[in-house]
Amino acid sequence: MYAQMVCRNAALGYDGRIVAEKLDFTINKGDYLCILGENGSGKSTLIKAILGIRPQVSGEIAWCGDIKKNEVGYLPQQTVVQKDFPASVREIVRSGCLAKCGLRPFYSRTEKELAESTMKQLEIDKLAKRCYRELSGGQQQRVLLARALCATRKMLLLDEPVTGLDPKAQTELYELIARLNREGVTIIMVSHDIVSAVKYATHILHIGKRKQLFFGKTSDYLKSPHGKLFIGSEMIGNE
Amino acid sequence: MSNIEKLQFYFGFSYVRYAFIVGILIALCSSLLGVTLVLKRFSFIGDGLSHVAFGAMSFAATLPVMIKKYALAISGEDKLSPRMQSIVSWIAKLNDMYIILPVTLICAILLLRTGQNTRIKGDAAVAMLSVGALAIGYLLMNRYPSRANISGDVCSTLFGSTSIITLKQDDVRLCIVMSVIVIVTYIMFYNKIFAVTFDENFTNATGIKADAYNLLIAVITALIIVLAMNLVGSLLISALIIFPALSAMRVFKSFRSVIICSAVVSVLCAAFGIISSILFSTPVGSTIVVADLAVFILFSLISFFIGKLRKS
Repeated sequence: MYAQMVCRNAALGYDGRIVAEKLDFTINKGDYLCILGENGSGKSTLIKAILGIRPQVSGEIAWCGDIKKNEVGYLPQQTVVQKDFPASVREIVRSGCLAKCGLRPFYSRTEKELAESTMKQLEIDKLAKRCYRELSGGQQQRVLLARALCATRKMLLLDEPVTGLDPKAQTELYELIARLNREGVTIIMVSHDIVSAVKYATHILHIGKRKQLFFGKTSDYLKSPHGKLFIGSEMIGNE
Repeated sequence: MSNIEKLQFYFGFSYVRYAFIVGILIALCSSLLGVTLVLKRFSFIGDGLSHVAFGAMSFAATLPVMIKKYALAISGEDKLSPRMQSIVSWIAKLNDMYIILPVTLICAILLLRTGQNTRIKGDAAVAMLSVGALAIGYLLMNRYPSRANISGDVCSTLFGSTSIITLKQDDVRLCIVMSVIVIVTYIMFYNKIFAVTFDENFTNATGIKADAYNLLIAVITALIIVLAMNLVGSLLISALIIFPALSAMRVFKSFRSVIICSAVVSVLCAAFGIISSILFSTPVGSTIVVADLAVFILFSLISFFIGKLRKS
Protein backbone atom coordinates (compact mmCIF):
# COMPACT_ATOMS: atom_id res chain seq x y z
CA MET A 1 0.00 0.00 0.00
CA TYR A 2 1.48 3.30 -1.06
CA ALA A 3 0.03 6.70 -1.83
CA GLN A 4 -0.83 7.51 -5.45
CA MET A 5 -2.30 10.92 -4.97
CA VAL A 6 -2.02 13.41 -2.12
CA CYS A 7 -4.18 16.49 -1.92
CA ARG A 8 -2.95 19.03 0.65
CA ASN A 9 -4.94 22.11 1.65
CA ALA A 10 -6.11 22.57 -1.93
CA ALA A 11 -8.52 25.32 -2.93
CA LEU A 12 -10.46 24.87 -6.15
CA GLY A 13 -12.34 27.35 -8.25
CA TYR A 14 -12.65 29.09 -11.59
CA ASP A 15 -13.03 32.64 -12.87
CA GLY A 16 -11.60 33.93 -9.61
CA ARG A 17 -14.30 32.23 -7.55
CA ILE A 18 -13.46 29.59 -4.94
CA VAL A 19 -15.94 26.71 -4.87
CA ALA A 20 -14.17 24.39 -2.44
CA GLU A 21 -11.20 24.86 -0.14
CA LYS A 22 -9.14 23.17 2.54
CA LEU A 23 -9.33 19.81 0.80
CA ASP A 24 -7.06 17.27 2.47
CA PHE A 25 -7.04 13.65 1.47
CA THR A 26 -4.78 10.84 0.31
CA ILE A 27 -5.53 8.05 -2.15
CA ASN A 28 -3.55 4.84 -1.75
CA LYS A 29 -3.12 2.15 -4.34
CA GLY A 30 -6.07 -0.22 -4.32
CA ASP A 31 -8.41 2.21 -2.56
CA TYR A 32 -12.04 2.62 -3.52
CA LEU A 33 -12.82 6.24 -2.73
CA CYS A 34 -16.32 7.60 -3.02
CA ILE A 35 -16.80 11.37 -3.25
CA LEU A 36 -20.14 12.51 -1.89
CA GLY A 37 -21.66 15.96 -1.86
CA GLU A 38 -24.74 17.89 -2.81
CA ASN A 39 -25.07 19.66 -6.16
CA GLY A 40 -22.93 22.78 -6.32
CA SER A 41 -20.47 21.53 -3.71
CA GLY A 42 -17.62 21.60 -6.19
CA LYS A 43 -17.54 17.93 -7.15
CA SER A 44 -17.10 18.55 -10.85
CA THR A 45 -14.41 21.15 -10.14
CA LEU A 46 -12.61 18.55 -8.04
CA ILE A 47 -12.85 16.08 -10.95
CA LYS A 48 -11.30 18.63 -13.30
CA ALA A 49 -8.49 19.25 -10.81
CA ILE A 50 -7.77 15.53 -10.39
CA LEU A 51 -7.72 15.09 -14.17
CA GLY A 52 -5.41 18.06 -14.54
CA ILE A 53 -7.83 19.90 -16.85
CA ARG A 54 -8.19 22.87 -14.52
CA PRO A 55 -5.44 23.17 -11.89
CA GLN A 56 -6.12 24.03 -8.25
CA VAL A 57 -6.07 27.71 -7.20
CA SER A 58 -3.77 27.08 -4.24
CA GLY A 59 -2.47 24.17 -2.21
CA GLU A 60 -1.10 21.02 -3.72
CA ILE A 61 -2.30 17.99 -5.63
CA ALA A 62 0.67 15.68 -5.93
CA TRP A 63 1.05 12.41 -7.83
CA CYS A 64 3.39 9.81 -6.45
CA GLY A 65 4.29 6.15 -6.72
CA ASP A 66 3.73 4.65 -10.15
CA ILE A 67 1.24 7.25 -11.36
CA LYS A 68 1.66 10.59 -13.09
CA LYS A 69 -0.66 13.44 -14.01
CA ASN A 70 -2.97 12.58 -16.96
CA GLU A 71 -2.71 8.88 -16.12
CA VAL A 72 -6.18 8.65 -14.67
CA GLY A 73 -8.72 6.69 -16.67
CA TYR A 74 -11.90 8.74 -16.84
CA LEU A 75 -15.52 7.69 -17.23
CA PRO A 76 -17.36 10.96 -17.88
CA GLN A 77 -21.08 11.53 -17.76
CA GLN A 78 -22.80 10.91 -21.08
CA THR A 79 -23.23 13.92 -23.33
CA VAL A 80 -26.02 14.75 -25.77
CA VAL A 81 -23.61 14.33 -28.67
CA GLN A 82 -23.08 10.65 -27.83
CA LYS A 83 -26.78 9.74 -27.87
CA ASP A 84 -26.92 9.45 -31.66
CA PHE A 85 -23.25 9.04 -32.49
CA PRO A 86 -22.48 6.59 -35.29
CA ALA A 87 -19.46 4.73 -33.96
CA SER A 88 -18.73 1.06 -33.46
CA VAL A 89 -17.82 -0.25 -30.01
CA ARG A 90 -14.35 -1.15 -31.25
CA GLU A 91 -13.68 2.37 -32.53
CA ILE A 92 -14.63 3.85 -29.16
CA VAL A 93 -12.60 1.42 -27.07
CA ARG A 94 -9.56 1.97 -29.28
CA SER A 95 -9.80 5.73 -28.81
CA GLY A 96 -8.74 5.11 -25.20
CA CYS A 97 -5.26 4.26 -26.51
CA LEU A 98 -4.92 7.64 -28.19
CA ALA A 99 -2.64 9.21 -25.58
CA LYS A 100 -0.20 6.33 -26.10
CA CYS A 101 0.07 7.25 -29.80
CA GLY A 102 1.63 10.66 -29.28
CA LEU A 103 2.20 12.15 -32.70
CA ARG A 104 1.81 8.83 -34.52
CA PRO A 105 -1.40 9.09 -36.58
CA PHE A 106 -2.59 5.47 -36.33
CA TYR A 107 -2.84 2.76 -33.68
CA SER A 108 -0.09 0.17 -33.43
CA ARG A 109 -0.68 -3.57 -33.20
CA THR A 110 -0.12 -3.62 -29.40
CA GLU A 111 -2.72 -0.89 -28.94
CA LYS A 112 -5.24 -2.76 -31.06
CA GLU A 113 -4.58 -5.93 -29.06
CA LEU A 114 -4.98 -4.01 -25.81
CA ALA A 115 -8.40 -2.84 -27.00
CA GLU A 116 -9.42 -6.41 -27.90
CA SER A 117 -8.28 -7.92 -24.59
CA THR A 118 -9.99 -5.14 -22.60
CA MET A 119 -13.25 -5.78 -24.45
CA LYS A 120 -12.93 -9.46 -23.57
CA GLN A 121 -12.23 -8.62 -19.93
CA LEU A 122 -15.43 -6.57 -19.71
CA GLU A 123 -17.40 -9.15 -21.72
CA ILE A 124 -18.27 -6.80 -24.55
CA ASP A 125 -16.12 -8.50 -27.21
CA LYS A 126 -19.27 -9.83 -28.91
CA LEU A 127 -20.53 -6.26 -29.30
CA ALA A 128 -17.33 -5.04 -31.01
CA LYS A 129 -18.99 -4.34 -34.35
CA ARG A 130 -22.26 -3.03 -32.93
CA CYS A 131 -23.19 0.63 -33.09
CA TYR A 132 -22.77 2.46 -29.80
CA ARG A 133 -26.11 4.28 -29.98
CA GLU A 134 -28.04 1.00 -30.28
CA LEU A 135 -26.69 -0.46 -27.02
CA SER A 136 -28.47 -0.45 -23.67
CA GLY A 137 -27.37 2.06 -21.02
CA GLY A 138 -25.45 -0.59 -19.08
CA GLN A 139 -23.64 -1.82 -22.19
CA GLN A 140 -22.73 1.76 -23.11
CA GLN A 141 -21.15 2.30 -19.70
CA ARG A 142 -19.13 -0.91 -20.12
CA VAL A 143 -17.83 0.38 -23.45
CA LEU A 144 -16.75 3.66 -21.88
CA LEU A 145 -15.21 1.75 -18.98
CA ALA A 146 -13.21 -0.36 -21.44
CA ARG A 147 -12.04 2.83 -23.13
CA ALA A 148 -10.89 4.26 -19.79
CA LEU A 149 -9.05 1.01 -19.00
CA CYS A 150 -7.22 1.25 -22.35
CA ALA A 151 -5.89 4.61 -21.22
CA THR A 152 -4.64 3.33 -17.86
CA ARG A 153 -4.90 0.40 -15.48
CA LYS A 154 -3.75 2.31 -12.43
CA MET A 155 -6.59 4.59 -11.46
CA LEU A 156 -10.15 5.10 -12.66
CA LEU A 157 -12.25 8.18 -12.02
CA LEU A 158 -15.97 7.58 -12.51
CA ASP A 159 -18.42 10.47 -12.63
CA GLU A 160 -21.85 9.26 -11.44
CA PRO A 161 -21.62 6.10 -13.55
CA VAL A 162 -25.00 4.60 -12.67
CA THR A 163 -27.11 7.64 -13.56
CA GLY A 164 -30.00 6.64 -15.81
CA LEU A 165 -29.48 2.90 -15.50
CA ASP A 166 -32.19 0.50 -14.35
CA PRO A 167 -31.63 -1.18 -10.95
CA LYS A 168 -30.32 -4.44 -12.41
CA ALA A 169 -27.82 -2.70 -14.66
CA GLN A 170 -26.79 -0.52 -11.71
CA THR A 171 -25.97 -3.55 -9.57
CA GLU A 172 -24.08 -5.20 -12.45
CA LEU A 173 -22.00 -2.08 -13.01
CA TYR A 174 -21.22 -1.74 -9.29
CA GLU A 175 -20.14 -5.39 -9.17
CA LEU A 176 -17.96 -4.92 -12.24
CA ILE A 177 -16.27 -1.88 -10.71
CA ALA A 178 -15.73 -3.78 -7.45
CA ARG A 179 -14.16 -6.62 -9.44
CA LEU A 180 -11.76 -4.22 -11.18
CA ASN A 181 -10.91 -2.79 -7.75
CA ARG A 182 -10.09 -6.28 -6.44
CA GLU A 183 -7.85 -6.75 -9.50
CA GLY A 184 -5.79 -3.79 -8.30
CA VAL A 185 -7.32 -0.74 -10.01
CA THR A 186 -7.68 2.26 -7.73
CA ILE A 187 -11.22 3.64 -7.97
CA ILE A 188 -12.45 7.17 -7.40
CA MET A 189 -16.19 7.50 -7.83
CA VAL A 190 -18.34 10.59 -7.62
CA SER A 191 -21.80 9.52 -6.59
CA HIS A 192 -25.23 10.52 -5.36
CA ASP A 193 -26.04 6.99 -4.37
CA ILE A 194 -24.99 6.94 -0.71
CA VAL A 195 -26.29 3.45 0.05
CA SER A 196 -24.10 1.86 -2.62
CA ALA A 197 -21.23 4.18 -1.71
CA VAL A 198 -21.00 2.88 1.85
CA LYS A 199 -21.57 -0.66 0.62
CA TYR A 200 -18.68 -0.76 -1.88
CA ALA A 201 -16.21 2.02 -1.01
CA THR A 202 -13.27 1.66 1.35
CA HIS A 203 -12.98 5.43 1.86
CA ILE A 204 -15.41 8.33 1.78
CA LEU A 205 -14.74 11.98 0.97
CA HIS A 206 -17.75 14.14 1.82
CA ILE A 207 -17.65 17.75 0.67
CA GLY A 208 -20.21 20.35 1.61
CA LYS A 209 -20.63 23.97 0.66
CA ARG A 210 -17.07 25.24 0.09
CA LYS A 211 -15.42 22.92 2.60
CA GLN A 212 -14.51 19.34 3.33
CA LEU A 213 -16.85 17.69 5.82
CA PHE A 214 -15.30 14.26 6.16
CA PHE A 215 -12.49 12.14 4.85
CA GLY A 216 -11.63 8.69 6.12
CA LYS A 217 -12.54 5.01 6.19
CA THR A 218 -16.13 4.10 5.39
CA SER A 219 -16.59 2.45 8.80
CA ASP A 220 -15.55 5.71 10.51
CA TYR A 221 -17.86 7.70 8.23
CA LEU A 222 -20.88 5.72 9.37
CA LYS A 223 -20.10 6.71 13.00
CA SER A 224 -19.39 10.38 12.18
CA PRO A 225 -22.10 13.04 12.65
CA HIS A 226 -22.10 13.93 8.91
CA GLY A 227 -22.41 10.31 7.92
CA LYS A 228 -25.25 9.72 10.36
CA LEU A 229 -27.07 12.81 9.12
CA PHE A 230 -26.60 11.97 5.44
CA ILE A 231 -27.57 8.34 5.86
CA GLY A 232 -30.49 9.27 8.08
CA SER A 233 -31.93 11.70 5.54
CA GLU A 234 -31.42 9.16 2.79
CA MET A 235 -33.29 6.48 4.76
CA ILE A 236 -36.17 8.85 5.44
CA GLY A 237 -36.16 9.82 1.78
CA ASN A 238 -36.45 6.18 0.77
CA GLU A 239 -39.37 5.43 3.03
CA MET B 1 -25.52 16.47 -80.92
CA SER B 2 -25.91 13.47 -78.62
CA ASN B 3 -25.24 13.83 -74.93
CA ILE B 4 -21.91 12.02 -75.15
CA GLU B 5 -20.75 14.24 -77.98
CA LYS B 6 -21.89 17.28 -76.08
CA LEU B 7 -19.88 16.22 -73.02
CA GLN B 8 -16.82 15.48 -75.18
CA PHE B 9 -17.17 18.90 -76.75
CA TYR B 10 -17.37 20.69 -73.42
CA PHE B 11 -14.61 18.66 -71.74
CA GLY B 12 -12.37 19.72 -74.64
CA PHE B 13 -12.17 23.11 -72.95
CA SER B 14 -9.58 23.40 -70.20
CA TYR B 15 -11.81 25.55 -67.96
CA VAL B 16 -14.51 22.89 -67.91
CA ARG B 17 -11.95 20.27 -66.90
CA TYR B 18 -10.67 22.64 -64.18
CA ALA B 19 -14.20 23.18 -62.92
CA PHE B 20 -14.77 19.43 -62.76
CA ILE B 21 -11.54 18.70 -60.82
CA VAL B 22 -12.09 21.57 -58.41
CA GLY B 23 -15.71 20.60 -57.88
CA ILE B 24 -14.83 16.99 -57.01
CA LEU B 25 -12.08 18.03 -54.61
CA ILE B 26 -14.28 20.54 -52.81
CA ALA B 27 -17.08 18.00 -52.50
CA LEU B 28 -14.64 15.48 -51.03
CA CYS B 29 -13.20 17.92 -48.47
CA SER B 30 -16.54 19.27 -47.34
CA SER B 31 -18.03 15.81 -46.85
CA LEU B 32 -15.07 14.66 -44.73
CA LEU B 33 -15.41 17.55 -42.36
CA GLY B 34 -19.19 17.59 -42.54
CA VAL B 35 -19.47 14.44 -40.43
CA THR B 36 -17.49 16.03 -37.61
CA LEU B 37 -19.35 19.32 -37.82
CA VAL B 38 -22.78 17.68 -37.77
CA LEU B 39 -21.86 15.43 -34.84
CA LYS B 40 -20.31 18.25 -32.85
CA ARG B 41 -23.49 20.31 -33.40
CA PHE B 42 -21.43 22.83 -35.36
CA SER B 43 -23.37 22.76 -38.64
CA PHE B 44 -24.65 26.28 -37.99
CA ILE B 45 -21.08 27.56 -37.83
CA GLY B 46 -20.61 26.51 -41.45
CA ASP B 47 -23.67 28.51 -42.37
CA GLY B 48 -22.49 31.59 -40.47
CA LEU B 49 -19.01 31.42 -41.94
CA SER B 50 -20.34 31.21 -45.48
CA HIS B 51 -22.11 34.52 -44.97
CA VAL B 52 -18.94 36.00 -43.55
CA ALA B 53 -17.16 34.79 -46.67
CA PHE B 54 -19.83 36.55 -48.76
CA GLY B 55 -19.18 39.80 -46.88
CA ALA B 56 -15.44 39.41 -47.33
CA MET B 57 -15.85 38.66 -51.03
CA SER B 58 -17.94 41.78 -51.55
CA PHE B 59 -15.34 43.76 -49.68
CA ALA B 60 -12.57 42.33 -51.85
CA ALA B 61 -14.53 43.07 -55.03
CA THR B 62 -15.33 46.66 -54.09
CA LEU B 63 -11.96 47.55 -52.55
CA PRO B 64 -10.33 48.95 -55.75
CA VAL B 65 -13.43 51.05 -56.50
CA MET B 66 -13.48 52.34 -52.94
CA ILE B 67 -9.81 53.29 -52.91
CA LYS B 68 -10.10 55.01 -56.28
CA LYS B 69 -13.09 57.04 -55.15
CA TYR B 70 -11.52 58.25 -51.90
CA ALA B 71 -8.13 58.91 -53.49
CA LEU B 72 -9.84 61.16 -56.01
CA ALA B 73 -11.85 62.92 -53.30
CA ILE B 74 -8.76 63.56 -51.15
CA SER B 75 -6.48 64.79 -53.96
CA GLY B 76 -9.25 66.93 -55.43
CA GLU B 77 -8.18 66.17 -58.99
CA ASP B 78 -10.21 64.28 -61.55
CA LYS B 79 -7.44 61.80 -62.46
CA LEU B 80 -5.43 59.47 -60.24
CA SER B 81 -1.69 60.00 -59.91
CA PRO B 82 0.31 57.23 -61.68
CA ARG B 83 1.41 55.81 -58.31
CA MET B 84 -2.14 55.60 -56.98
CA GLN B 85 -3.23 54.13 -60.32
CA SER B 86 -0.68 51.32 -60.00
CA ILE B 87 -1.76 50.57 -56.41
CA VAL B 88 -5.41 50.34 -57.44
CA SER B 89 -4.70 48.07 -60.39
CA TRP B 90 -2.45 45.89 -58.21
CA ILE B 91 -5.28 45.42 -55.68
CA ALA B 92 -7.76 44.77 -58.48
CA LYS B 93 -5.52 42.05 -59.89
CA LEU B 94 -4.86 40.50 -56.50
CA ASN B 95 -6.70 37.22 -56.01
CA ASP B 96 -9.81 37.78 -53.86
CA MET B 97 -8.83 34.67 -51.88
CA TYR B 98 -6.09 36.60 -50.10
CA ILE B 99 -8.72 38.81 -48.48
CA ILE B 100 -11.55 36.28 -48.05
CA LEU B 101 -9.43 33.57 -46.49
CA PRO B 102 -7.92 35.52 -43.55
CA VAL B 103 -11.25 37.19 -42.70
CA THR B 104 -13.10 33.87 -42.67
CA LEU B 105 -10.34 32.20 -40.66
CA ILE B 106 -10.46 34.89 -37.97
CA CYS B 107 -14.24 34.64 -37.76
CA ALA B 108 -14.05 30.83 -37.51
CA ILE B 109 -11.69 31.08 -34.56
CA LEU B 110 -13.79 33.79 -32.89
CA LEU B 111 -16.99 31.76 -33.32
CA LEU B 112 -15.40 28.71 -31.77
CA ARG B 113 -14.22 30.76 -28.82
CA THR B 114 -17.70 32.22 -28.26
CA GLY B 115 -19.09 28.70 -28.38
CA GLN B 116 -17.86 28.32 -24.81
CA ASN B 117 -18.93 30.40 -21.83
CA THR B 118 -19.37 33.93 -23.07
CA ARG B 119 -22.02 36.59 -22.67
CA ILE B 120 -23.43 36.16 -26.15
CA LYS B 121 -24.21 32.49 -26.59
CA GLY B 122 -22.95 30.49 -29.57
CA ASP B 123 -26.07 30.43 -31.73
CA ALA B 124 -26.83 34.13 -31.20
CA ALA B 125 -23.24 35.04 -32.03
CA VAL B 126 -23.40 33.06 -35.25
CA ALA B 127 -26.73 34.60 -36.26
CA MET B 128 -25.41 38.08 -35.49
CA LEU B 129 -22.23 37.59 -37.45
CA SER B 130 -23.90 36.01 -40.46
CA VAL B 131 -26.65 38.59 -40.99
CA GLY B 132 -24.20 41.38 -40.21
CA ALA B 133 -21.80 40.15 -42.87
CA LEU B 134 -24.63 39.69 -45.40
CA ALA B 135 -25.83 43.25 -44.82
CA ILE B 136 -22.37 44.78 -45.05
CA GLY B 137 -21.57 42.77 -48.16
CA TYR B 138 -24.72 43.83 -49.99
CA LEU B 139 -24.32 47.43 -48.85
CA LEU B 140 -20.76 47.60 -50.15
CA MET B 141 -21.70 46.05 -53.48
CA ASN B 142 -24.44 48.61 -53.96
CA ARG B 143 -22.50 51.63 -52.81
CA TYR B 144 -19.30 50.88 -54.73
CA PRO B 145 -20.32 48.81 -57.75
CA SER B 146 -17.31 47.42 -59.59
CA ARG B 147 -19.44 46.36 -62.54
CA ALA B 148 -22.74 47.56 -63.93
CA ASN B 149 -24.70 44.40 -63.15
CA ILE B 150 -25.00 44.50 -59.35
CA SER B 151 -27.77 41.96 -58.93
CA GLY B 152 -25.92 39.58 -61.25
CA ASP B 153 -22.80 39.92 -59.09
CA VAL B 154 -24.73 39.37 -55.87
CA CYS B 155 -26.57 36.40 -57.34
CA SER B 156 -23.41 34.68 -58.50
CA THR B 157 -21.73 35.23 -55.12
CA LEU B 158 -24.74 33.80 -53.30
CA PHE B 159 -25.48 30.92 -55.63
CA GLY B 160 -22.13 30.45 -57.40
CA SER B 161 -23.97 30.18 -60.70
CA THR B 162 -21.13 30.98 -63.06
CA SER B 163 -17.97 31.48 -61.05
CA ILE B 164 -16.86 27.85 -61.27
CA ILE B 165 -16.58 28.15 -65.06
CA THR B 166 -14.64 31.41 -64.83
CA LEU B 167 -11.88 30.00 -62.60
CA LYS B 168 -8.40 31.17 -63.49
CA GLN B 169 -5.49 28.74 -63.52
CA ASP B 170 -4.20 30.47 -60.40
CA ASP B 171 -7.52 29.74 -58.61
CA VAL B 172 -7.38 26.13 -59.65
CA ARG B 173 -3.84 25.69 -58.37
CA LEU B 174 -4.71 27.33 -55.03
CA CYS B 175 -7.81 25.18 -54.77
CA ILE B 176 -5.95 21.94 -55.43
CA VAL B 177 -3.19 22.79 -52.94
CA MET B 178 -5.70 23.66 -50.22
CA SER B 179 -7.82 20.56 -50.84
CA VAL B 180 -4.76 18.35 -50.61
CA ILE B 181 -3.77 20.05 -47.34
CA VAL B 182 -7.26 19.49 -45.95
CA ILE B 183 -7.40 15.82 -46.97
CA VAL B 184 -3.90 14.99 -45.70
CA THR B 185 -4.53 16.78 -42.39
CA TYR B 186 -7.79 14.92 -41.97
CA ILE B 187 -6.19 11.54 -42.55
CA MET B 188 -3.22 12.28 -40.29
CA PHE B 189 -5.46 13.41 -37.43
CA TYR B 190 -8.34 11.04 -38.15
CA ASN B 191 -8.16 9.20 -34.81
CA LYS B 192 -7.75 12.38 -32.82
CA ILE B 193 -10.61 14.09 -34.63
CA PHE B 194 -12.77 11.06 -33.85
CA ALA B 195 -11.88 11.20 -30.15
CA VAL B 196 -12.47 14.94 -29.88
CA THR B 197 -15.78 14.62 -31.70
CA PHE B 198 -17.02 11.74 -29.59
CA ASP B 199 -15.93 12.91 -26.16
CA GLU B 200 -14.05 16.12 -25.48
CA ASN B 201 -13.95 15.55 -21.72
CA PHE B 202 -12.29 12.18 -21.98
CA THR B 203 -9.80 13.42 -24.57
CA ASN B 204 -8.84 16.29 -22.28
CA ALA B 205 -8.42 13.89 -19.37
CA THR B 206 -5.88 11.79 -21.25
CA GLY B 207 -3.73 14.87 -21.68
CA ILE B 208 -4.59 15.61 -25.31
CA LYS B 209 -5.50 19.24 -25.79
CA ALA B 210 -9.01 19.04 -27.25
CA ASP B 211 -9.09 22.80 -27.78
CA ALA B 212 -6.13 22.60 -30.14
CA TYR B 213 -8.05 20.09 -32.27
CA ASN B 214 -11.19 22.21 -32.13
CA LEU B 215 -9.07 25.04 -33.49
CA LEU B 216 -7.78 22.75 -36.24
CA ILE B 217 -11.37 21.84 -37.13
CA ALA B 218 -12.33 25.53 -37.25
CA VAL B 219 -9.41 26.37 -39.52
CA ILE B 220 -10.20 23.51 -41.91
CA THR B 221 -13.86 24.53 -41.94
CA ALA B 222 -12.95 28.08 -42.93
CA LEU B 223 -10.67 26.77 -45.69
CA ILE B 224 -13.39 24.54 -47.10
CA ILE B 225 -16.01 27.27 -47.04
CA VAL B 226 -13.81 29.67 -48.92
CA LEU B 227 -13.06 26.95 -51.47
CA ALA B 228 -16.68 25.92 -51.79
CA MET B 229 -17.87 29.47 -52.50
CA ASN B 230 -16.59 28.98 -56.04
CA LEU B 231 -18.62 25.84 -56.52
CA VAL B 232 -22.02 26.36 -54.97
CA GLY B 233 -21.92 29.96 -53.74
CA SER B 234 -22.20 31.09 -50.17
CA LEU B 235 -25.89 30.31 -49.56
CA LEU B 236 -25.66 26.65 -50.47
CA ILE B 237 -22.33 25.74 -48.83
CA SER B 238 -24.00 24.33 -45.74
CA ALA B 239 -25.83 21.86 -47.93
CA LEU B 240 -22.53 20.57 -49.29
CA ILE B 241 -21.25 20.13 -45.74
CA ILE B 242 -24.24 18.59 -43.98
CA PHE B 243 -26.22 16.60 -46.57
CA PRO B 244 -23.68 13.84 -47.35
CA ALA B 245 -22.95 13.42 -43.62
CA LEU B 246 -26.62 13.18 -42.69
CA SER B 247 -27.31 10.73 -45.52
CA ALA B 248 -24.43 8.48 -44.48
CA MET B 249 -25.46 8.59 -40.81
CA ARG B 250 -28.91 7.28 -41.75
CA VAL B 251 -27.59 3.95 -42.95
CA PHE B 252 -24.09 3.32 -41.57
CA LYS B 253 -23.17 2.46 -38.00
CA SER B 254 -19.46 3.03 -37.56
CA PHE B 255 -17.56 6.28 -37.81
CA ARG B 256 -15.25 5.07 -40.56
CA SER B 257 -18.04 3.72 -42.75
CA VAL B 258 -19.99 6.97 -42.28
CA ILE B 259 -16.97 9.02 -43.37
CA ILE B 260 -16.31 6.85 -46.43
CA CYS B 261 -19.96 6.74 -47.46
CA SER B 262 -20.32 10.48 -47.01
CA ALA B 263 -17.25 11.12 -49.19
CA VAL B 264 -18.51 8.78 -51.93
CA VAL B 265 -22.01 10.30 -51.90
CA SER B 266 -20.64 13.82 -52.02
CA VAL B 267 -18.23 13.15 -54.89
CA LEU B 268 -20.87 11.32 -56.95
CA CYS B 269 -23.42 14.09 -56.40
CA ALA B 270 -20.91 16.76 -57.36
CA ALA B 271 -19.94 14.87 -60.53
CA PHE B 272 -23.59 14.31 -61.39
CA GLY B 273 -24.41 17.96 -60.71
CA ILE B 274 -21.61 19.34 -62.85
CA ILE B 275 -22.28 16.98 -65.76
CA SER B 276 -26.01 17.57 -65.77
CA SER B 277 -25.49 21.30 -65.50
CA ILE B 278 -23.52 21.04 -68.76
CA LEU B 279 -26.09 18.83 -70.46
CA PHE B 280 -29.23 20.63 -69.36
CA SER B 281 -27.66 24.06 -68.67
CA THR B 282 -28.91 24.22 -65.08
CA PRO B 283 -27.04 26.24 -62.43
CA VAL B 284 -24.19 24.13 -61.00
CA GLY B 285 -24.60 24.84 -57.30
CA SER B 286 -28.28 24.16 -56.97
CA THR B 287 -28.08 21.05 -59.18
CA ILE B 288 -25.46 19.54 -56.86
CA VAL B 289 -27.50 20.42 -53.77
CA VAL B 290 -30.67 18.94 -55.24
CA ALA B 291 -28.74 15.75 -56.03
CA ASP B 292 -27.51 15.65 -52.39
CA LEU B 293 -31.07 16.18 -51.18
CA ALA B 294 -32.35 13.33 -53.37
CA VAL B 295 -29.70 10.99 -51.95
CA PHE B 296 -30.67 12.03 -48.43
CA ILE B 297 -34.31 11.16 -49.06
CA LEU B 298 -33.30 7.85 -50.65
CA PHE B 299 -31.08 6.94 -47.67
CA SER B 300 -33.83 7.92 -45.22
CA LEU B 301 -36.19 5.55 -46.98
CA ILE B 302 -33.57 2.78 -46.92
CA SER B 303 -33.00 3.20 -43.19
CA PHE B 304 -36.76 3.24 -42.62
CA PHE B 305 -37.21 -0.07 -44.44
CA ILE B 306 -34.18 -1.64 -42.73
CA GLY B 307 -35.77 -0.69 -39.41
CA LYS B 308 -39.08 -2.27 -40.49
CA LEU B 309 -37.32 -5.48 -41.57
CA ARG B 310 -35.46 -5.75 -38.25
CA LYS B 311 -38.67 -5.45 -36.27
CA SER B 312 -40.65 -7.98 -38.27
